Amino acid sequence: MPATAPASTDPNRKLTMMICDDSNIIRRKIERELKIERLEVTATAANGRIAVDTFRKQPVDVVTMDITMPEMDGIECVEKLVQLKPDVLILVVSALADKATAIEALKRGANGFLCKPFTDRQLTEALTELLRGAQ
Amino acid sequence: MMSNLELATFVEGTTRYFETAGNQPATVGSPYLVNSGRPTVHEFTGMINIAGKRRGVVYFTASRPMLTVLLMRMGETELTEENMADLVGEVANTISGNARRDFGKDFMISVPQVVAGDPERVTIPDNVRSFVIPINWRSHAAQLVICLE
Repeated sequence: MPATAPASTDPNRKLTMMICDDSNIIRRKIERELKIERLEVTATAANGRIAVDTFRKQPVDVVTMDITMPEMDGIECVEKLVQLKPDVLILVVSALADKATAIEALKRGANGFLCKPFTDRQLTEALTELLRGAQ
Repeated sequence: MMSNLELATFVEGTTRYFETAGNQPATVGSPYLVNSGRPTVHEFTGMINIAGKRRGVVYFTASRPMLTVLLMRMGETELTEENMADLVGEVANTISGNARRDFGKDFMISVPQVVAGDPERVTIPDNVRSFVIPINWRSHAAQLVICLE
């Protein structure tokens, strides 16, 4: 494997993760229910602006991203994170259930979409699929 | 005025929320139109402003005991006032966001605004009548109120 390959393509390597959601209980729920050993939550953010600032200082491999947030929404944030690190893996976790929103998020660079409300099993499956897609 | 089909979207969204997030389905009563006065407001209310093709407000209002149990069922250990306020906002946001499956992306929703303990701060448009969807979950009552032009 080339030295420059993204960390997410090496199945043995630990991956860092950021949770971005304006709800504290959702951030805590995602962290609590994370059942994938490869993933380690190293940062959280309560809106897109904080996520971009945090990401600049401390880039991560995987991000879960809400859409409806104050200051900077998740769609704009996805685009900015992908500009900063094109191989970042982003799972959008949002209540916005229309197809157009999911398509827009994917166009901007997200890699997956999970609709709220979600069970811990659905979260694990979505993140597993996200990592599988990167390999 | 809301159509029966549009109301069904919110009823389904409410049922799905409690079944998925609370691990137990809620019993959702028949929606009714408020004829006079203001709809019920409990201790915590999460309000979403709606813009775009439809305009108005959707709010979820619930009591402290219900929110305590719901937080516990979600695995949350910090049963604080802040987390209860956060939860009512998240419920309102999720049910309103899910409604875009049927209403489309022009059903634009705001970030939640939360009111704790002051019913006078829960404001709805004067010129539109509200529909109330009664919710019963684990012996607790709550309401989803939909007030759309």
